[in-house]
Amino acid sequence: MRRLMLGHTTEFTLFAVMIVLCVALSFATDRFFTISNAFDVLNVSAVNIIFAVGLLVVLISGGIDISFAVAASVVQYVTALAIAYLGGGNWAEGFIIAGAVGIGLGLINAALVYKLQIISIVATISTFNIFFGLLMFFTKGVSIYDLPEWLTTRVVFYEREMSDGSWLELTLPVVVMILCCIATWFMMSRTTIGRQLYAFGDNPEGARRFGINIGAMHYISFGWLGLMAGIGGLMQAHYAEEVVPNALYGRELDVLAATVLGGARLGGGKGSVIGCVLGVLMVSITQNGLNLMGVSPFAFKMIVGAIILIAITLSSARIDKLLPFFAKGKIEKGQAQKREAH
Amino acid sequence: MSSLIQKFNKTFGADMAGPVIAFVVVMVIFGLGADNFLSLGTFGSVAFQLPELGLLTLAMLLPLLTGGINLSVTFTANLSGLAAASVLQAFGGVDASGGAFVIAVAAAVATGAAAGLMTGAAIAYTRAHPILVTLSMMIFLRGLGEFLTRGGDVSGFPSYMEPIGHGSILGLPIPLLIFIACVGIWQVLLTRSKLGFGLLMIGSNVEAGQYSGLNTRRIIMLVYTLSGVMCAIAGIIMLARFNSVRIGHGESYLLITVLAAFLGGINPFGGFGRVLPVFVALVVLQLLSSGLNLMGANQHLATALWGVLMIVVMAARTIVSSYFASRRKKI
Repeated sequence: MRRLMLGHTTEFTLFAVMIVLCVALSFATDRFFTISNAFDVLNVSAVNIIFAVGLLVVLISGGIDISFAVAASVVQYVTALAIAYLGGGNWAEGFIIAGAVGIGLGLINAALVYKLQIISIVATISTFNIFFGLLMFFTKGVSIYDLPEWLTTRVVFYEREMSDGSWLELTLPVVVMILCCIATWFMMSRTTIGRQLYAFGDNPEGARRFGINIGAMHYISFGWLGLMAGIGGLMQAHYAEEVVPNALYGRELDVLAATVLGGARLGGGKGSVIGCVLGVLMVSITQNGLNLMGVSPFAFKMIVGAIILIAITLSSARIDKLLPFFAKGKIEKGQAQKREAH
Repeated sequence: MSSLIQKFNKTFGADMAGPVIAFVVVMVIFGLGADNFLSLGTFGSVAFQLPELGLLTLAMLLPLLTGGINLSVTFTANLSGLAAASVLQAFGGVDASGGAFVIAVAAAVATGAAAGLMTGAAIAYTRAHPILVTLSMMIFLRGLGEFLTRGGDVSGFPSYMEPIGHGSILGLPIPLLIFIACVGIWQVLLTRSKLGFGLLMIGSNVEAGQYSGLNTRRIIMLVYTLSGVMCAIAGIIMLARFNSVRIGHGESYLLITVLAAFLGGINPFGGFGRVLPVFVALVVLQLLSSGLNLMGANQHLATALWGVLMIVVMAARTIVSSYFASRRKKI
């Protein structure tokens, strides 16, 4: 247990902070601590979590991607047009088209980073501008409202009326989000590819000499993010019941902040699906709590920003400097053991 | 040919090649494609549009040279503009006196510097990655600005603010003159000052800098503070140009400034780069969008082409350097 905690300090700290926050909020408001509110939070953050687990894979492999949210907008638009062209379509076709377009856009990034040796932040800032510029140019900023019925009808897997009259709903985005999380977790910690991605992110040159296929690592990580961006985009269109070309513009930096809050490291080799989910949920819970407490919506972003700022600054400060002295020895011992193990 | 290249490199520096080639290509393509491109009107519009993006890019430049980045530039600029606006409002809005203007500018610069100092201190003392610190700073400043303005505009400024945004002296727009002055200051700072040397040193190797006695924390804090001050100047120019302050003004410039800096040959890992190539790269970007405007395309196509231009320049750099590397191996 201690080893588990030392290995996942960020996740456990985040979890502890979240519990404290939840307890405080449930005393501050009477609406917060209800199951239906918990499901509301999940429904709202589903799309961001889907994006975040995709981004996590790229961050673990040592890259960064700024373009995925805009790519998701492109996917939304292309999928909506393709479905209209196919004359209706259904969920299976929707997922296949969205996934394929998403992967395609991700592979463009991978090719730029791997073939042309452009570092990932530069390459993805360029593709961010290209995707968004072309999308706005071709669509002229016009939104699509007449989506097929199957896409806009809410799909509820489980619903139940609570004793207080509120509804508990398990909707499609949440189920898809859970599937995406499980798939990402399985790939990252139960397959060779996942372990290779960690190794590559931690030490690219070492991984190359070890015989890991570097090109494949790039294509897999950016392709996976592309797939998640595609699925997330489709879910967002389903949730919002419309396709607005600039709806997701600016989402990339919020998701990046939440993912890093959850323990992923810029520079690669570190991060977990659980931490990433906790990071996004932390931001959503704060917003939800502030909302229920009746704080002005204009103050939300400021408070959330301040929390992220403090959290990231504190989590980057050497953890042993912040802990009381008795915990220090343990961590240093743990680190020493790790170093020996390497 | 090779002696010509050598002469060019000696006079302008090797990092000037990318922007200059792009400049020539853009001039030739639009000169042939759009018949009224090579006119005073085009250059007039470029001269008026250049300063906002340019000043923000200068603000981005110093952190990039230290190997960091400052993602909060646009919101720092708008928040500084907001500080200036609220001072002007407090002194009577449209009827504010000249003294109020001085106080307003001081308030804007102080706001920018304070935001920069906070960012710099967080980066210097916690060693958190600059992307993260400035990203969360950006989210915080955006929220603060939206909270203060309720998402709306602040407008109604004295008439003497007008020339700062739209006036010209001897045919040269005043914003452009301010921008050129700032380019000059940055050039001197980077090439002739202790701080400039120190920040380039930090960009190429922090440890070596520390062991040779540089006070790296102080330098990083100064760099982000100066970046904040430059944001404040951009904020004042934007206030005068739009005659209003809104927290979302120029939001889309954020990633363009990074693009412009990399296009101008700044090393993405920090440590190497100069101001003049960045200036040329900025002119190229603006010429590209003005040219497309003349041909009837909109700003969004220009944005996409900025991205393409960036990829072409970076890819060309990779290909050229690997070509020279393989030639050297053969010899």
